[in-house]
Amino acid sequence: MTISTEEIYDGPLYEAAKKVYPQKVWGTYRRIKWVVLWIALGVYYILPFIRWNRGPNAPNQAVLVDIAHSRFYAFFIELWPQEVYYFTGLLILAALILFLSNALFGRVWCGYACPQTVWTDLFLWVERLIEGDRRDRIKLDAAPWTVDKIVKRVAKHAAWLVIAMLTGGAAMLYFVDAPTLLEDMVTLKGPFIAYLWAGILTFTTYSLAGHMREQVCLYMCPWPRIQAALTDNDALNVTYLVDRGEPRMSVKDAVKAHAHGQPAGDCIDCLQCVAVCPTGVDIRKGSQIGCIQCGLCIDACDAVMTKVHRPTRLIAYDTDENRERRKRGEANVYRLVRPRTILYAAVIALTGAIMLYALLTRTNSHLSVLHVRAPLFTQTAQGGVRNGYTLRFSNKLSEPSDFTLEVSGVKGATMTSAMAKPLDGGRLTVRLDPDSTLEVPVYVTAPPDVAPGKSTPLTFTATDAKTGERSVVVDNFFGP
Amino acid sequence: MSTDPGQVDRISGQTTTGHEWDGIRELNTPLPRWWLWLFYLTIAFAVAYWIVYPAWPLASSYTAGLFGYTNRGRVAEDLAAGQAARMQMAAGLEAASVDQIAADPKLTEIALAEGKAAFGDNCTPCHGSGGQGQRGYPNLTAGRWLWGGTLDQIDGTITHGIRADDPDTHTSAMPSFGKDGILKPEEIREVANYVRTLGGLEPEQGVDGAAGKKIFADNCSACHGEDGKGNIDMGAPNLTTKVWQYGSDINDLIYTITYARNSVMPAWGKRLDPVTIKSLAVYVHSLGGGT
Repeated sequence: MTISTEEIYDGPLYEAAKKVYPQKVWGTYRRIKWVVLWIALGVYYILPFIRWNRGPNAPNQAVLVDIAHSRFYAFFIELWPQEVYYFTGLLILAALILFLSNALFGRVWCGYACPQTVWTDLFLWVERLIEGDRRDRIKLDAAPWTVDKIVKRVAKHAAWLVIAMLTGGAAMLYFVDAPTLLEDMVTLKGPFIAYLWAGILTFTTYSLAGHMREQVCLYMCPWPRIQAALTDNDALNVTYLVDRGEPRMSVKDAVKAHAHGQPAGDCIDCLQCVAVCPTGVDIRKGSQIGCIQCGLCIDACDAVMTKVHRPTRLIAYDTDENRERRKRGEANVYRLVRPRTILYAAVIALTGAIMLYALLTRTNSHLSVLHVRAPLFTQTAQGGVRNGYTLRFSNKLSEPSDFTLEVSGVKGATMTSAMAKPLDGGRLTVRLDPDSTLEVPVYVTAPPDVAPGKSTPLTFTATDAKTGERSVVVDNFFGP
Repeated sequence: MSTDPGQVDRISGQTTTGHEWDGIRELNTPLPRWWLWLFYLTIAFAVAYWIVYPAWPLASSYTAGLFGYTNRGRVAEDLAAGQAARMQMAAGLEAASVDQIAADPKLTEIALAEGKAAFGDNCTPCHGSGGQGQRGYPNLTAGRWLWGGTLDQIDGTITHGIRADDPDTHTSAMPSFGKDGILKPEEIREVANYVRTLGGLEPEQGVDGAAGKKIFADNCSACHGEDGKGNIDMGAPNLTTKVWQYGSDINDLIYTITYARNSVMPAWGKRLDPVTIKSLAVYVHSLGGGT
């Protein structure tokens, strides 16, 4: 089929974002959103100030990302850079939990807990406080620049900036001792890098929560796309019950329709669900990428339904399956436990168990051994054979630690090292500073009367004198 | 936007671009305009970048940018900062003697790191990357030392060199027994075979062992000792070990006795600073030093 010239569309490829003026609403889901918001903000601001005693040589901040010393602290957990795989586990867990929550309740993350949602809610609340509700804001936007408008605008942006600065500034408290940094930053003695990053986060908070809002969800965030591919017929999503609502008509028209024996839906087309929507979608068009499933339209619709004396929950958490079942005149079923959710839960449990096991069996000391390659071995003047090893001890405790090093596997082998003191029985002892690693070159010599083969397994055993923890590493002893 | 019903998709109510494939029409979903502005912003950023940073090649140079930034300059800064940090770490080595360094684990740790780096830069070409040496260049890991293996002796050898241009250099000369006609070729073969037995190696068949022993006592024992255990004051090697700097083959030994070897090492005191030399001494001693 050919395309005629009239059919070639030459409309705009770009259009101005349509501004959304979410209206104030009150109800169950709004209440849940406020509770989640205050918990989220509370955790964000209080967490850096919680103290956790780790002894004299370690920071006492419960949660600290110590970039300068490359350590991560979270309560009883201390991670070193080589243990960064724990974060991989956390990310996998986070993704799986997101999948599970999506299979159960749709976009609960987007609607209630996502920082973009939390901060946008906060900024909207400020905007409403200063400029008024939906109608007032639309009017104000259209109004000419009067003193009143200027005052309101300045007040709004100032308040936004203050919140943004507090947001950006608080993020810095996770990277150094919070009380010290707070004092330094307030008295303008803080490090430049802290101000720089606080500034960057101030800018992102101000622009994303103040100006971009639903544009972030619509155009920047990948999750809506992934979510759309992961949802299924049994997932509870915020849904307009189209079977109950249609055909929509006013209360008056519904009375007339009933009089004539014609069907009339419960939806009175009041558009309250659209007015309160923070992303400006019409939920009645069905599930869509713009819908973050915050449930505010449920609250709005419930209020209207109560007023017109119709049952509430015309918009509700519902499943596609139930919509089809009602069409067939069957009762609703809710299958929260189904293969998909069981699988997600099982994988979450497995990942969590692996991480927990790794965390619980994590040792405070560590030994790694690297065989010296040049020379692979040396024939000594006395006729013995000597191999060199580079040992690295780690002491993750916040106090000094003494390690005893033993070697076995080659008969009569002796150890020497410039970095360790000899003990009885051919053992060596090494002292490590708190929270440190130490490289120790060790030479193992087999006596002349022992002829080691080309390659003999050699076992190093390092015992932490204080904790009794043993690290065992098997390497090879090479000979001619 | 077009209001032509033919241009509007009936199901979504959205306009189409008019593109159609097998009856499927492409919906027109315009991008938000802020996205376009971001795109323009990146162009503006690129232009600003050209002005601020070095960017455009010219005939014989390039546009230098507002602040004269160069990657090479940054590297130099980083290196200087690294050097300063190193000097801070090595400050403790300055005042300490090699023995004091070796007695202090903290100083030893720094000296070993410094020494390993300096060894790689200066000593590796002859002594090998791990100090294993090669034919003609002593193996530093075997525990046999020509001029002594204590910290002080190693420090002295590195500083002043061997047969080097330095008033305090180690110096000695083994005579060229064959070339200068001191010993006849058969005598050299006899003594070479005797030297092999000193090191626990088998002599050749049919060579007079007693004669070799006597030649050794008359000509060699002054420096190498009657028992062949050498003398570090003269840099005379211990001949009873398993280590042979120029090879233990009979022909190698005959060549050595006939022409002598007398190898040299530079006096590093003229090239390296004292901290580096001390670090080198500690490092080399750690490879196989003795007391």
